[in-house]
Amino acid sequence: MESARGTVHKFGDNVDTDVIIPARYLNSSDPEELAKHCMEDIDKDFVKNVKKGDIIVAEKNFGCGSSREHAPISIKAAGVSCVIAETFARIFYRNSINIGLPIIESKEAAEKIKNGDTVSVDFDSGIITDETTGETFKGQAFPPFMQKLIDAGGLINYVNKEEA
Amino acid sequence: MGMTMTQKILAKHAGLDHVEAGQLIEADLDLVLGNDITSPVAIHAMENLNDKKVFDKEKIALVMDHFVPNKDIKSAEHVKEVREFACENCITNFYDVGQMGIEHALLPEKGLVVAGDAVIGADSHTCTYGALGAFSTGVGSTDMAAGMATGKAWFKVPSAIKFILTGKPAPFISGKDIILHIIGMIGVDGALYQSMEFVGDGLQYLTMDDRFTIANMAIEAGGKNGIFPVDDKTLEYISEHSDRKPVVYEADPDAEYTSEYTIDLSKLRPTVSFPHLPENTKTVDEAGDVEIDQVVIGSCTNGRLSDLQIAADILKGKKVKKGLRVIVIPATQQVYLDAMEAGYLKTFIEAGAVVSTPTCGPCLGGYMGILASGEKCVSTTNRNFVGRMGATDSEIYLASPAVAAASAITGKITDPANV
Repeated sequence: MESARGTVHKFGDNVDTDVIIPARYLNSSDPEELAKHCMEDIDKDFVKNVKKGDIIVAEKNFGCGSSREHAPISIKAAGVSCVIAETFARIFYRNSINIGLPIIESKEAAEKIKNGDTVSVDFDSGIITDETTGETFKGQAFPPFMQKLIDAGGLINYVNKEEA
Repeated sequence: MGMTMTQKILAKHAGLDHVEAGQLIEADLDLVLGNDITSPVAIHAMENLNDKKVFDKEKIALVMDHFVPNKDIKSAEHVKEVREFACENCITNFYDVGQMGIEHALLPEKGLVVAGDAVIGADSHTCTYGALGAFSTGVGSTDMAAGMATGKAWFKVPSAIKFILTGKPAPFISGKDIILHIIGMIGVDGALYQSMEFVGDGLQYLTMDDRFTIANMAIEAGGKNGIFPVDDKTLEYISEHSDRKPVVYEADPDAEYTSEYTIDLSKLRPTVSFPHLPENTKTVDEAGDVEIDQVVIGSCTNGRLSDLQIAADILKGKKVKKGLRVIVIPATQQVYLDAMEAGYLKTFIEAGAVVSTPTCGPCLGGYMGILASGEKCVSTTNRNFVGRMGATDSEIYLASPAVAAASAITGKITDPANV
């Protein structure tokens, strides 16, 4: 699997799916349209500032609240290459794996990485490097079944492969 | 080592004698649910499957509830897409305007979920059916798509937290106060990835509606599911609503729990979650003077008949405070009809409230009661996140129907005992 490298956009605890993609935009399911409003209610300049490949780092319980898959879809379509958090809410975690948005849990990385740092992630080893400070962190490894889903590129491809 | 109630249901549906926390399993599903927001995304995902057929047209429920009657052209296109999919696949349980209700009130009412079932729904409040002794959990649209096609879903078997409810709640203390109290105690990620299993002699005092409300908000503590043991009340409810036979599971006596909490229901006070997280709870006594602009009574959490009954009892012969907007939303057509026949709707309208057709509407800031900048709302819904009901600087105070109705009279957060 490829690696990610980009500038960090840092958030705190309990970033909920309502601020990731407010419900007033859920009358669309088009990823490009959803990307235009990504993180709008927590950081209205996020869409203006985010560049392809950038990384979101957050603290506890990222993606809590609604089951809307529009949330990881909007983050992925906004160009974000990886989300690192101390913990993820469980539906967001599932959804990200299912749609192929790379996510990694690391308490230390979530604590120490700062907004604006340049960070790279090696998905094979789970090593997160803060290139700005030189610190490295180890992300939590996925259980083998989830790694298979990720390697397949998400649940739909996995189901297709299993049936083949 | 023994299994929890949730683990037993999952083991059975995975065809295994035993499962343990952390194990990854594939389970057969009794029902796959979606709504007008999540189903279109699932239908698009299904188009990428090699085998695009649904696994069982009887075991899929598509409920158009969030933005219907269609709030705008884009929503109308979404519902149209789901309607066409339901028609092409001969989906038995497709609920459109006229038959629809808020999904988590509707499915139990229609008897589509019974004790022992394993259910996924592309809506986070799918955990509601734990009140019936079923395993049910919220997932996203891709899981829904795979579930509709294969009848299966993958799960990490959850560990569990045991909540021992004891004692008899005082008047005006409802399921909402109990679950808000619990979320205040353990936090919005206090049950992350875990089951919340509710037991204890206090359960005998909880109606099915109380239990639906409690299980409904398990997700607000991060829980995978909330679940109640099956008792006579559960069996009576199921036999009144469903032709299907319930399967009763009980936790093993030596089941392992990561933690246990004992809650004396007799000591609880009406509880309110302050902005902007459900865990920011205060008792109504600690609320202070919070002047409000709107009250919403409804949602999958608190839009059932007993919720409307308690609100109507409080509002009977009284008037909504001048300048306040009060919006009452019966959760289903049946609740609407029953509330009409019982005279509750008349009471609401005479008091100065409006009564809406069933919809999720304002709960998620869709329509039918959006808040302007700086406005405050007491709501019987389930989330008070930033911007959830409108402007990012509006405020939502989550409460029971009794507190909401009392607050509608005074214009500020009020103990129902004082009106």
